[in-house]
Amino acid sequence: MTVKEIFETMDYGPAPESATEAMAWLECHGGRFGHHMDGAFTAPGATFATINPANGAVLAEVSQGMQADVDAAVAAARRAQGPWAALDGHARARHLYALARMVQKHARLFAVLETVDNGKPIRETRDIDVPLVARHLYHHAGLAQLLDTERPGMAPHGVCGAVIPWNFPLLMLAWKVAPALAAGNTVVLKPAEQTPLTALLFAELAQRAGLPKGVLNIVTGDGATGAALVAHPGVDKVAFTGSTEVGRAIRRATAGQGKALTLELGGKSPYIVFDDADLDSAIEGLVDAIWFNQGQVCCAGSRLIVQEGIADRFHAKLRARMGTLRVGDPLDKCIDIGAMVDVAQRDRVAAMVAGVGGVCFQPALQMPAMGAFYPPTLITGLHPADPLMQEEIFGPVLVSTTFRTPSEAVELANNTRYGLAATVWTENLNLALDIAPKLVAGVVWVNATNLFDAAAPFGGVRESGFGREGGSEGLGAYLRPIAPSTPLEPIKPHAGDAPATGLNRTPKLFIGGKQARPDGGYTRPVYGPTGAHLGEVPIANRKDIRNAVEAARGAGAWAKTTGHARAQILYFIAENLSARAADFARLLDATGGNDAEVDASIRALFTYAAWADKFAGEVKGVPLRGVALAMREPVGVIGALAPDEAPLLGLVTVMAAAMAMGNRVVLVASEPAPLVATDLYQVLETSDVPDGVVNILTGSHAELAPQLAGHADVDAVWSFSSTDLSAVIERESAGNLKRTWVNNARSRDWFADDARAFLDQATEVKTIWVPYGE
Amino acid sequence: MEKLLDHKALLPMAADMRNPGMDLDLDWVMQAAANTSAIERRCATLPGRRSVKKDYQAAWLCRAVSVIDLTTLSGDDTAGRVARLCAKAKAPVRADMLDALGMTGLTVGAVCVYHDMVAPAVAALAGSSIPVAAVSTGFPAGLSPLHLRLAEIGESVAAGATEIDIVISRRHVLTGNWQALYDEMRAMRAACGAAHVKAILATGELGTLRNVARASLVCMMAGADFIKTSTGKEGVNATLPVSLVMLRAIRDYHDRTGVRVGYKPAGGISKAKDALVYLSLIKEELGDRWLRPDLFRFGASSLLGDIERQLEHHLTGRYSAGWRHGMA
Repeated sequence: MTVKEIFETMDYGPAPESATEAMAWLECHGGRFGHHMDGAFTAPGATFATINPANGAVLAEVSQGMQADVDAAVAAARRAQGPWAALDGHARARHLYALARMVQKHARLFAVLETVDNGKPIRETRDIDVPLVARHLYHHAGLAQLLDTERPGMAPHGVCGAVIPWNFPLLMLAWKVAPALAAGNTVVLKPAEQTPLTALLFAELAQRAGLPKGVLNIVTGDGATGAALVAHPGVDKVAFTGSTEVGRAIRRATAGQGKALTLELGGKSPYIVFDDADLDSAIEGLVDAIWFNQGQVCCAGSRLIVQEGIADRFHAKLRARMGTLRVGDPLDKCIDIGAMVDVAQRDRVAAMVAGVGGVCFQPALQMPAMGAFYPPTLITGLHPADPLMQEEIFGPVLVSTTFRTPSEAVELANNTRYGLAATVWTENLNLALDIAPKLVAGVVWVNATNLFDAAAPFGGVRESGFGREGGSEGLGAYLRPIAPSTPLEPIKPHAGDAPATGLNRTPKLFIGGKQARPDGGYTRPVYGPTGAHLGEVPIANRKDIRNAVEAARGAGAWAKTTGHARAQILYFIAENLSARAADFARLLDATGGNDAEVDASIRALFTYAAWADKFAGEVKGVPLRGVALAMREPVGVIGALAPDEAPLLGLVTVMAAAMAMGNRVVLVASEPAPLVATDLYQVLETSDVPDGVVNILTGSHAELAPQLAGHADVDAVWSFSSTDLSAVIERESAGNLKRTWVNNARSRDWFADDARAFLDQATEVKTIWVPYGE
Repeated sequence: MEKLLDHKALLPMAADMRNPGMDLDLDWVMQAAANTSAIERRCATLPGRRSVKKDYQAAWLCRAVSVIDLTTLSGDDTAGRVARLCAKAKAPVRADMLDALGMTGLTVGAVCVYHDMVAPAVAALAGSSIPVAAVSTGFPAGLSPLHLRLAEIGESVAAGATEIDIVISRRHVLTGNWQALYDEMRAMRAACGAAHVKAILATGELGTLRNVARASLVCMMAGADFIKTSTGKEGVNATLPVSLVMLRAIRDYHDRTGVRVGYKPAGGISKAKDALVYLSLIKEELGDRWLRPDLFRFGASSLLGDIERQLEHHLTGRYSAGWRHGMA
């Protein structure tokens, strides 16, 4: 076209970014890559192709990581870990700073390489991914610098195995590597098979930037390589970002191995638009929500929930906006939607969309003739019962439904197995700040979407996984307490055959604020160390678990009470326990326990009463005019197996910590010493504890643990049982990906003051972003 | 599965009509929302999302030239000064460059002057089709008596101005007196007669983007042919966020009434690169139809010089210098 013709049409024309330097880098490696471990590339082994999804061209051959490769990489990481952890925080901060600088110095090369390997637009890699990578490294240089003073008593896990997805290859690398290295861990990372190249470039340049060999190791390969890595006995901590399905498999595969685990999984994040919102801005937000990275974003705002009165107008505006999106060559600077990661993913999305109900709109856009492209899609008129309102599509497909009232919006938003992110648009601050805490999600954006920053924790609840990335909370996932512990031997109930003495007592289960007979109708006798008959306790079964969980779920109002109100209840429990201190001391003595537990229990109640109104979260320093609030929310319903070595103190500690943060608990009493628990409910009954907030069962830990861990309406399971149930709990928890906190058959000092660990476990971090400005 | 067609692409272009205005719809005005942070984010990322290169860039820059209201609004303006400006308006880019670009005959959109300079401008532009725009109504503050402001419009029209850039009473916006703003704008529109009226909102003095959105709607309801950001004399003149708000108001007005109102950012746009961003913003938010002089103008004086240098760079591959191009 001539200038004169363009003057009339005012078309954009091509604006290509050059791939010359990226291709030259591939070329200088002969287009074939081994793994990068122990500071160098290995010779390429059996290889597979990594392809540019925009045109199908083979970019390079990369090696399929075998067990031996994983072994070698883990061994290299292990060798490097001691010296790396021995560096002080400042020395590691210098390395992270060097990595941040390295990324900035090679920013365009990283951006272009990412775009050709992944298919996402150069605008995104250049303006979003790479700057966020540098920011993450800078922020964690700072966290390393402050580690020694801010995190006393904590140590790195050791070797971290990281498995990352193809949608943000370099960014996810940074999210895993930066905190791991800052905390003193070393890393073996497996990039996604579709997008291995920027990880290899990063490792090579990191080497040149002076990172000690073995600190960061990259093993390329497919899912089998990833499976070998996470299951490797030499790996101490596993960090995974990817699909919920694979996350579940990793949870099962690592069950009982004593590994720390964080999972950042799928989502079906709601995008709520109220009728007073700035609709045009909300529509622009949707472009960033669902047409960012072709919708291949775990936290994509993929479920539009719009107020009924404005729905037609909003949809009309949205369709018009979709018509100006540009789909095409990701290296073009003027492209909004690039290629999906591969043809298989494109076809999968197309198959999901085909044959659904509702009204499907795809604008008449110019589409590339070849490559893994899919047009922006809006499906209106869907309802929660439609599969596409529930299943993650992971493509540029937005589904939409309507609501009438704020509470209905919340209900619809929370009607999902996932809980990663949520977006709320309204000009009404009262409404926004009322809704945000009610949304079941790890991240809430108010009048914005897909905002990310290294200082702001990111992660999910429900089946979107657990653990946070970013900020001090994210760093915590790469640290463990140094507290001494010893192997825990199972403590068996005392045997005996002495007859009962005194007036008969009939302890029961404590469910929903009432004493309840066990469903099964069985009890068992409890004997002291000398064989004296101390009483009988019910044997709870799975139906009692069901009833207790139902009662706990029904006591949701507890989560909404103020910290001050919760503290008052905890103090009152302490007061009433104190009044019966002599009884409990006598009981502990009779069961062969330590009567110092009584006083320590009262102290624990005071400790958590003290924390109840003080562990609320932090304001994060994000680069934005606005605030990011990292709020501490209750986990929900926690099932906990009480310790046997401290039957009263352990039980009270667990209960008080959970209650203080607004959780409801289903407690399973110590198996050998359950009578302190059945006496404790009498204290609870006189302490104004709302019905269902605390439920106490007695019975077999081994039988009840899998029931608790498998229950889909339980949000977390903790086990301090002397019976090692870690494996079964972690395996069963995979069903709804509930949080677990297990002792791995190690003891804990219940008299130590380590409230922080309990508070962390009793809370979820929800990051609420509130940009402002008039 | 029901399939919705993209009708927009199929519709014939509606015949353009002047904005007849409508009754003041306060419900609509008060519903207007403008989320500043979100608007700023959109504007901050737009330059990274759209870019034009090579011939496309040259063509876009020529388009920018064609929509410039080449302006002088100084106390020391004289007939001679205005004549020089008008000469540049007729030949905004060196003839050899226009030949090389295939753009012979390119002119700016209009010449914009104070009332007393209208007659000299009309004389200097005789024989060209370039219209003369007059700033009016007690420009820039708009605080002279209303009957004088209205009379001033009449005088400028009589002197040959076919476009009148009026200033609104900012106090009506700041006090939420939308009816007064509407009535004033109505009266000014009537005073313009056949001349097109551009309503200058002086956005830098309206306090909030929401006020900008509401004032835009009220002025369009009252019959403004164009809405314009600034006089060029406020502390803050045209910005991308203000533009986005005004463009969205124009789009809403078109969606509801079918009437296209024009847009003129003024003040502070002095770089070719900025002009390209504005053009892409118009294209994205309103569509190609608005990229014509009847619906879009740049109020600018120094922008043209930078565009000339960029065009020469495009043609020669070498960076240019200001003195190689005739001054305005």
